[in-house]
Order: sequence, then C-alpha cells, then structure tokens
Amino acid sequence: MTVAIHFDKVTCTFAGKAGPYTAVKDVTLSIGEGEFVSVVGPTGCGKSTLLNVAAGLMKPSSGTVTTFGEPLAGVNRRAGYMFQSEALMPWRSCLDNVTAGLEFRGEERASARAKAEDWLERVGLSGFGDRYPHQLSGGMRKRTSLAQMLILDPKILLMDEPFSALDIQTRQLMENELLELWSANRKSVIFITHDLEEAIALSDRVVVLSAGPATRPIGEFAIDLPRPRDVAEIRLSPRFIELHDKIWHAMKDEVLKGYQQTKNRVVA
Amino acid sequence: MSRVKLRVLQVSMLVAIFVFWQLATDPELIPPFVWDNPHRAAFFFGEPVKMFQAIWEWFSSGTIYPHLWVTLQETALAFVIGSVLGLAIGLWLGLSPTASALFDPYITAMNAMPRVVLAPIFMVWFGLGIWSKVALGVTLVFFIVFFNVYQGVKEVSPVVLNNATMLGASRRQLLRHVYLPSATSWVFSSLHTSVGMAFVGAVVGEYLGSAKGVGYLIHMAEGSFDINTVFAGILVLTAFALVLDFAVTKMEKKLLVWRPTQGETEKL
Repeated sequence: MTVAIHFDKVTCTFAGKAGPYTAVKDVTLSIGEGEFVSVVGPTGCGKSTLLNVAAGLMKPSSGTVTTFGEPLAGVNRRAGYMFQSEALMPWRSCLDNVTAGLEFRGEERASARAKAEDWLERVGLSGFGDRYPHQLSGGMRKRTSLAQMLILDPKILLMDEPFSALDIQTRQLMENELLELWSANRKSVIFITHDLEEAIALSDRVVVLSAGPATRPIGEFAIDLPRPRDVAEIRLSPRFIELHDKIWHAMKDEVLKGYQQTKNRVVA
Repeated sequence: MSRVKLRVLQVSMLVAIFVFWQLATDPELIPPFVWDNPHRAAFFFGEPVKMFQAIWEWFSSGTIYPHLWVTLQETALAFVIGSVLGLAIGLWLGLSPTASALFDPYITAMNAMPRVVLAPIFMVWFGLGIWSKVALGVTLVFFIVFFNVYQGVKEVSPVVLNNATMLGASRRQLLRHVYLPSATSWVFSSLHTSVGMAFVGAVVGEYLGSAKGVGYLIHMAEGSFDINTVFAGILVLTAFALVLDFAVTKMEKKLLVWRPTQGETEKL
C-alpha cells in the first residue's frame, strides 16, 4: 500500500511562559492511501498539533513529514483540513464559501459555481447557497465546510474533531454522510476525536495517544468491522463492543493521567 | 410602549421645549423676571419663532442650498479620503509588525494631538475653499478608521485564516479575501462615529474661515449678534446630521447582511 502521509520521529516543542512545553514527542506514524485512521487521546494531548504538522501549518521542532514519498515543505497542497471550530468566511455566502478554494486556484467563476452547486446538493444543502454562515445551523455549517474541503478533491483529509460541537443525532447523520462520501472516492483520512465510539465506528485503524505533555502513540488497533457501516447500528454489534473494551482498556490509564494533570494545572 | 405612542411623545416633547423657549424669551408674552429690559432674554437666547422664520426664509428663497451642498461635499470627501487612508495604513501596520513597532509612538502622539488647532495651518496650505475643511475632517476620520482596521486585522480569526490557507490562498489572496473583508466590517462598524467626525471637521473648518457652508452662515450671524440666525444654523446642522446618521444606518444594514445581529432571531 502506498503511504499517503508519514510522520518520522516528529517532535513539537513550544516556548511557554513556564519554560518550553513539548506537545508531541517522537511520533512515528504512517497512514496508507485510502485508509481511514482515527487518532484518539485524552484532552489536551496535542492531537491538533499533529494535524497542523500534517497540514504544513506548523513546522515540527524535529523530525520530518513526508506525503506520498515527498518531504513536506510549506502548506500541504494534497490535504484538505476540516477544523473543529467555525472556519467559514462569515462575509461569504454558503455557495461562495464552497467556491473559495476553486477561486483561489484561478478557476472560472461559472464553472466553480456549477461545481459548488453540485457539492451543496451532495451534502444536502441545495437551495441554501445564498445564506450566510450565521443563518445556517451548526450542522449545516459543518456540511458547508465538508463541501468546501471536498470540492478541491484532496488526497488526504485532515479532520480535527469536526463534529464535536454537534448534537448526537446530527452527529451520527454527519458521520454516516462522511462515510458515504468517503467510500465513493477513498481518500486517506486522519480523523482526530476524543470520542472512542466515533473513532471505532468510522475507522480502519485507531491510534491511541498518551496523555500530554510529550504525547506519543501508545497503541494501534485495526478495526475489522465490515463496511458499509451504519454508525448508529454498528455500535450494537458484539465485535464493536469487544473492540471498544480492548481499546478503552489501553486508554483508561492515560485518560486518568490526563485528567489528573488538567486538574493539577487548574489547582496550581 | 407602542411605536406610534413613542413617536407622538417624542414630538410633543420637542414642541413643548420650543413653546417654553418662546414663552421665556418673548419680550411681550411674559413680563421679564430676571432682567429689567424685556428684550434682554431674546438677545441672549433668541426667539424660536424668529428662528423658524429665518429657516423658512433660507429654504423658501433657496439661499441655504449652496451652503448645505458645500458642507455635504466637504463631509463626504473627508469621510471617503479619511476612510481609504485609514483602511490602507491600518492594513499595512496591522500586517507588518516591524512597521507597526516603528510607527506606534508617532500614531499615538498624532492621535493625542488636538487636531482642531491644525485648521489655520490647513487654511494656509489649501486656501479658504473646501479642501482645507476636507483636510481637517480627514485628520479626524483617519484615526477612528485606522484604529478600527488595525484592531480588525489583529483580530481576524486564526481558524478562518488557516482554513483559507489550506484552501490554497496565497498571501495576496489572504489579504484580498480575508483581511480586507474583515477590516472593512470594522470600518462599517465605526461608520456612525467617522461620518459624525467628518461633519464636525467640515463645520469647524467653515466656522474658522470660509466663504460658503452652514458653518460660515453661523459665523457671519455671530459677527452681527444675530442670535436667531445662529440658532437657525445650529438647528439646520442638527437636522442635517440626523439625516446623515439615518442614511448611514440604512447603508450599514445593506452592507453588513452577513453579520449576525446579537440577540436577534434571523428573519429568513
């Protein structure tokens, strides 16, 4: 299998008020082409840092990132990024947000609009193109972000807890939609989440990170659940529960450690 | 309170003020109780009836229109030039930390300076025509817009910026599609203040030396102790400022449709 993105001993250290802080340390990780990998870990463990490094928005302090065999320099042009918080341009309508990427690439307005209309329909937003982001619900904004990213047909999708702000029903709908879009045109996905159930339901592989600081992967689990999946139904299957048990066992100590650290930080 | 009732109350309050004013200053209606000379009160405070006569005279004969037109021109030019300069320099300093660090004390000093005292200098430089008033207005408008844009650039959401970068925006495209719209929205949010300042610049400039404009009319009337005309001029200016403010509100609503109004449900 071709390797879509490869982290080689990536370490990220930030200068902080209380001395340097190492968010991730010696992370070595590979994501194959067309593979859906979820990264789970306790809160504040540097999951987003890892994604920013893969996107080329952040340079690692040491170590290298390669995509499709080439070392990454600058912004990763093969990757699309879906952010955790609001990332749409509020002054652009829904449709204009979706066309933005094509516009930046110099595509003609008419053809960009046609493609965007098509994508809006695919994410279930046809007829909402002229609304501004604040006129859309949280779920609709996420769909717009999804269309905005997918219209550029990136090889790698980087998703940073994209659905964490949604209610559980909308979230499961979005997860199913994501799986459907993904299976139609398999891309490599790094999906960051703190929700183990979401991670198992979506992925081919789940990577568990240790609590920060100096986060590193402490376990990898292949998810051998059959596809196509329905995220709501698959949670009830015995194999899912078995996997959940196994991974949760590996995670538990780290989650507790992470919780203890945040608590101490608050007290201090 | 209903809208209509509120309006009726507001208007009757205005009428009451003018009636009281007339009663207190008219030499014949009420015997003077402060001054022994019955004409003294009218000399100091004017008489609303004569004031409205003066206004009626201006508008029926049409002599006021050229003056109003000049004041409007000065206000508009000061506003546009001041805003464009503020926008350009605000963007520049907001995006360049070196330039910002270099110019910071100068900007602070120039803002702290009482700029009205520059009016005579502008008259020497630009003559008694409209340009010396425009220059004064520009110095007032510039700083309001500048500080707003500067702040606006600093506060562009990093997530929106990163998102645009990931969508392939070059540095120039970021400026054009992210910084500029964001900064412009800040310009519009300071629109009321800056239009007001442009107006103040125009009138003060006219007052200090000119051959046309409403400020000039007031100045001439003061020269001949014609208190009624002075008040008439003030009243016309106030009404004019209200109309300007109303126009700005209308424009704001049109230009900032994408902005959510706080605490208000969106009408779709």
